[in-house]
Amino acid sequence: MQTLIFRTVAPFLSALMVVFSIFVLLRGHNEPGGGFIGGLIAASALAIYGIACGVTPVRRAIYFHPMNIASFGVMLGGAAGMISIFFGVPFMTGLWVYPNILGVEVALSTVLFFDIGVYFAVVGTITSVALALEERDEI
Amino acid sequence: MGADAAGTTFIILMLPFIAAICAPFLTRHLKHNAAWVLSLAPLAIFVHMLGFSPVVSAGEAVSGGFSWIPTFGVNFSWYIDGLSQTFALLISGIGALIVLYAGGYLKGHEHLGRFFSFILLFMGAMLGLVVADGFMTLFVYWELTSITSFLLIGFDHKREASRRAALQALVVTGGGGLALLAGLLLLWSMTGVTELSALLPLGAEVRAHPLYMVALILVLGGAFSKSAQFPLHFWLPNAMEAPTPVSAYLHSATMVKAGVYLLMRLNPVLGDTLAWETILPLFGGTTLIVGTLLAIRQTDLKLMLAYTTVSSLGLLVMLTGFGSEHAIEAAVLYLVAHSMFKGCLFMVAGAIDHEAGTRDVTKLGGLKAAMPITFAAALAAAISMGGLPPFFGFLAKEEIYYALWAASPWAIAFTVVAIVGNGLMLVIGFALALKPFLGPKVETPKHAHEGPVLLWLGPVVLALAGFLTAILSPLAHRFISSPMASAVAGEETAITISLIPSIGMPLALSIVTVVFGVLVYRGLDRARAGVASLLHAIGWGPDRGFDQFMDALVRLSFSVTRRVQPGRLDVYMKMTFAMVALALLVPMLRYGELPSWPSWPEDTRFHEFAVLLIGLAGLVAVLIAKDRLTAIVSLGIQGFAVALVFMLYAAPDLSFTQFMVETLSVVILALVMTRLRLYPSDHRPWSERIVSGLIAIGCGLGFMLYLIRVTQDALDLRLSEFFTQFSKPIAHGANIVNVILVDFRGTDTLGEIAVVTIAGIAILALLRVRTRRRPRAEATGAGAIAVREEA
Repeated sequence: MQTLIFRTVAPFLSALMVVFSIFVLLRGHNEPGGGFIGGLIAASALAIYGIACGVTPVRRAIYFHPMNIASFGVMLGGAAGMISIFFGVPFMTGLWVYPNILGVEVALSTVLFFDIGVYFAVVGTITSVALALEERDEI
Repeated sequence: MGADAAGTTFIILMLPFIAAICAPFLTRHLKHNAAWVLSLAPLAIFVHMLGFSPVVSAGEAVSGGFSWIPTFGVNFSWYIDGLSQTFALLISGIGALIVLYAGGYLKGHEHLGRFFSFILLFMGAMLGLVVADGFMTLFVYWELTSITSFLLIGFDHKREASRRAALQALVVTGGGGLALLAGLLLLWSMTGVTELSALLPLGAEVRAHPLYMVALILVLGGAFSKSAQFPLHFWLPNAMEAPTPVSAYLHSATMVKAGVYLLMRLNPVLGDTLAWETILPLFGGTTLIVGTLLAIRQTDLKLMLAYTTVSSLGLLVMLTGFGSEHAIEAAVLYLVAHSMFKGCLFMVAGAIDHEAGTRDVTKLGGLKAAMPITFAAALAAAISMGGLPPFFGFLAKEEIYYALWAASPWAIAFTVVAIVGNGLMLVIGFALALKPFLGPKVETPKHAHEGPVLLWLGPVVLALAGFLTAILSPLAHRFISSPMASAVAGEETAITISLIPSIGMPLALSIVTVVFGVLVYRGLDRARAGVASLLHAIGWGPDRGFDQFMDALVRLSFSVTRRVQPGRLDVYMKMTFAMVALALLVPMLRYGELPSWPSWPEDTRFHEFAVLLIGLAGLVAVLIAKDRLTAIVSLGIQGFAVALVFMLYAAPDLSFTQFMVETLSVVILALVMTRLRLYPSDHRPWSERIVSGLIAIGCGLGFMLYLIRVTQDALDLRLSEFFTQFSKPIAHGANIVNVILVDFRGTDTLGEIAVVTIAGIAILALLRVRTRRRPRAEATGAGAIAVREEA
């Protein structure tokens, strides 16, 4: 798989895919998309990068161990649900604020954080499995 | 009581846990002197509990709590009456002394902070147990004491003996805890109340209930295992593997008394029946005799004490269930006395071990000059244990004889049991207090001298307490014994016994006991040899039985696992898919729910045919593929066709996800395939292929028929309508699929991402297993399943 063309294109492709995955994640509440599908896109981006350039650059690029990313995602999801404790509403109730940032009204919600948690959980899990399998490839 | 005071009590109940969190940090900075700071927590609890005395001694109870699981009427609540208060005072008072003692005993130990943490956790659990009102609160704390005692007994985790003892204690007391849970649930369904305080007045109703006997046996299972009643007594002496502060705390004052506490607490509910007054004295009496006989045989100071603890617990159970007028009062007095003298003697044993380097009674002697303070404390405790004046033990023993003595064969039998038990306990007490200290000086592994203040403070305070409570007995009775006895008996009870003995049968029985004890003491070595040869003749004991039981359990589960989980992936897959096919097809055939043949739609468009053809092409490609890799990629074609179908029928999210999942599964399966070292193509014989093919056709057919059948009925659109209607106004999202996932059913999703992550961890673990072939095959399966599941 380590052809010159693939190796040259893969980093750009992966970067584009990661950006796209974030776009998909953030638009998810109103348009097709969301944390799960965004996570899958990002995971395939990393898998492609890994197949093209080897596992070590991927591990260096994402800095954290993918399993830690996944656990962080689960924790973030749980924490987003817990916020409702402070407002005296049941667990996982969606809470919304609309701060005005640089003249644009931005909709922030616990639901968004929860979706980001899903994203991280999916990216982390699939990437760690894929990288572990690819690593075997090189032995 | 006001909301403020309830809040304070809650904080007091949480205080040991808070202290447990702080303990490692404090210990890092203050070393063993952290004990002084940490003992403030139990001291605060002691003072707070003492503050309830005016209320409790007037016969009232203090209660409070929070709603916990309102749906089931389950509360986190507490109820402090005379019984709970006395226990709480013992736990916190002795707890404070134990924390100090541990600071001296484990000075310089590398895990001292962890030890403080564990013992404070245990204290919190025990405190919660004795003040708990709600059934669930009681059960949670009950199990928490089992778990924390597991940690404490196994503290010295590098030694196998201590690991075994910890596990044994956990299995026995944890198993008993499950019996207790069943018993509590049964009581709940019998009466409909979930709180002990509400259960107490319902005694008559419970006793008349047809399920009374079952509930009784389950509750007794919990209490007897926790309080080490014969034949479940064996875990307690083994638990002596723990450091001495643990033995002194758990196995004198607190945990082992939890069972006795439960019996006393439920006495007004379950007691006063023939079963109660037969089972309890029989088990208790047997435990009393067995415990003392086994204690005589030991030469290790701690083991001697451990077995006498077993017998004391037997005595308490016997008295609790004896049913005579004074029996409850005797049990109450003896419980308090026992906590004080046994805690003291354990600490003395630890101090001797710490200073002299051995706790074998035959290798000790003449320590009186070196350790005068410890000797004084030991002597005082032994006198109390032997039931001699002027200590609290004397009051307890007089009351015991008042309670037991009557002119019936049943009473006389138990009086004899009590005399033998008490006499032998007197022997052990004095063997422990005199043998190491008197006589000629014996060479010990370490040069003995008096320990630091932390080591002797606890024993001295407890010995003094035993003396003061006896001297000031009216005061002790008014604030401690009488309220407690009233709570246990379920009616107003006043204890009046004092140090001035009245001439009568009890005094005579006491004298008999002392004479018997002195006689045995003089022939202690011969008695020891006699018991040892008797036990040798029997050979088998419950301790060995426990090992055999565990062995058999492990063997059984191993053989079941080998049968159910052969470890061959193809077998698993075959079974799974065959089950899927059966689950789909059998109900349809059985209930005649097969769909009618659908008519071909009129307006099929050209691109819809194209998608169908792509799918078919993928399917054919899979079937005719020469090697596995091609087959997997071809399966991808089929998946993409399905994704296209989703897209055509307005399910963009689904199709999006399907595309990604297909891509990733092809990538991951391909990666796995390259690592599996399988034959590139399928080499199985035709017979096996046909079986697999049939299963596949069965699954496909099942799904097809099922889907056709479902779409032929009018769809129930209530859910879809609800989501369409409320997605925007409630959840501020236009994408219904996403809103369902992250908002309406967010908790499900949280569970799912946790499952995904855990599956990932499992796959990683399997990939890292060194052994080559089999683990990888399993990893493949798990990976594929995890990915499919999400699709």
